[in-house]
Amino acid sequence: MSLVFAGACSHAPGITGRKDRADPQVRDAFYAAYDRMRVALEASKPDVLIVIGAEHFANFFMNNMPSLCVGMGEVYEGPIEDQAWLGIQHHQVSGAPELSKRLIEEVMQTVDLAYAQEWKFDHGIMVPLNFLTPRYDLPVIPVNINCQGPPLIPLKRCYEFGKALRRACDKVPERIAVIGTGGISHWPATPDSGKINEQWDRAFLEKFLGGKRDELLAYKDDETWREAGQGGFEIRTFIAVSGATEGSTGELWFYAPIPIFAVGCTVAVMKI
Amino acid sequence: MSLYNVQKLLFQLNRDPGARQRYEKDFDGLLAEYTLSEEELGAIRTPDIGLLYVMGVNGQLLMHYAALRGFEWSAYIEAMKENERKYGPVRTGLYSRAEGRG
Repeated sequence: MSLVFAGACSHAPGITGRKDRADPQVRDAFYAAYDRMRVALEASKPDVLIVIGAEHFANFFMNNMPSLCVGMGEVYEGPIEDQAWLGIQHHQVSGAPELSKRLIEEVMQTVDLAYAQEWKFDHGIMVPLNFLTPRYDLPVIPVNINCQGPPLIPLKRCYEFGKALRRACDKVPERIAVIGTGGISHWPATPDSGKINEQWDRAFLEKFLGGKRDELLAYKDDETWREAGQGGFEIRTFIAVSGATEGSTGELWFYAPIPIFAVGCTVAVMKI
Repeated sequence: MSLYNVQKLLFQLNRDPGARQRYEKDFDGLLAEYTLSEEELGAIRTPDIGLLYVMGVNGQLLMHYAALRGFEWSAYIEAMKENERKYGPVRTGLYSRAEGRG
């Protein structure tokens, strides 16, 4: 059936964990955009949601760090963080192992990747699920792109992964939704937490939503680090979605810097 | 290699309930399983969150250890700022660049 929904959104832990410290007007508008995304996601009637995230040492560490990993578990759980700290209760989330296996086998035709039958979700996946599948009743296939422990996978390989994932989705009968989730510019968990380069973010989003492959792949990590912080490396998740939706454009449903959330808060949907 | 061990310890503390039980009941025994310098042991035990940041510990590991040790978010951020002034720039890792932070 292929993709029935594609989009991108933020996942910073402050979005839920520090919600009471944000400007209520901006926060509520952001939450409303997440909810608009939930409604659109549900209307697409997906059988499964693929979440392309950038986890933060919840499962993967530098003893054995995959550039790309796809979940193949029957069930996942999260958050690994303290529930009060994150503001999200512990949940179990169903996987779709048999579909995962078929997708992985097809992706592997052109892209090397790891798989995992165990996976604990951190805020990188739990925050989006909290808003998009609040009943935790839609099976999830997690995907991780290493954006934390250099050396990092080149952007062009993320794009190629996205293309391979789309090809794999095209070959199965299930209705599949995919979201990429990451920061754009941000300096999370550092003394610069709360710094956001809005101009850089909006320029990136213009390229992402315009489906401008060559411009997206022209970003350099050293420039990203200087202008968008180490959190900017998470553009890899957006670029994977761009590969999966090659030829499409998208709409920005929300963008606003919310410093206490430590990220330019984003909700965007691709027209597929 | 030693920074690797500090981060591995924090990784386990963050994700493994068994490691957190060891932290509560036998912290010294847990620490003894990792090859750590005296400075690292001191920073972990105290805890000196800012020094751990200056050593190069990734914030995605450190913020959870700070929370475990009772640091509210603003106190966590301030601890890093204060100790960067005290100890100098980040020595190695994702946040270290000769030209300073972006």
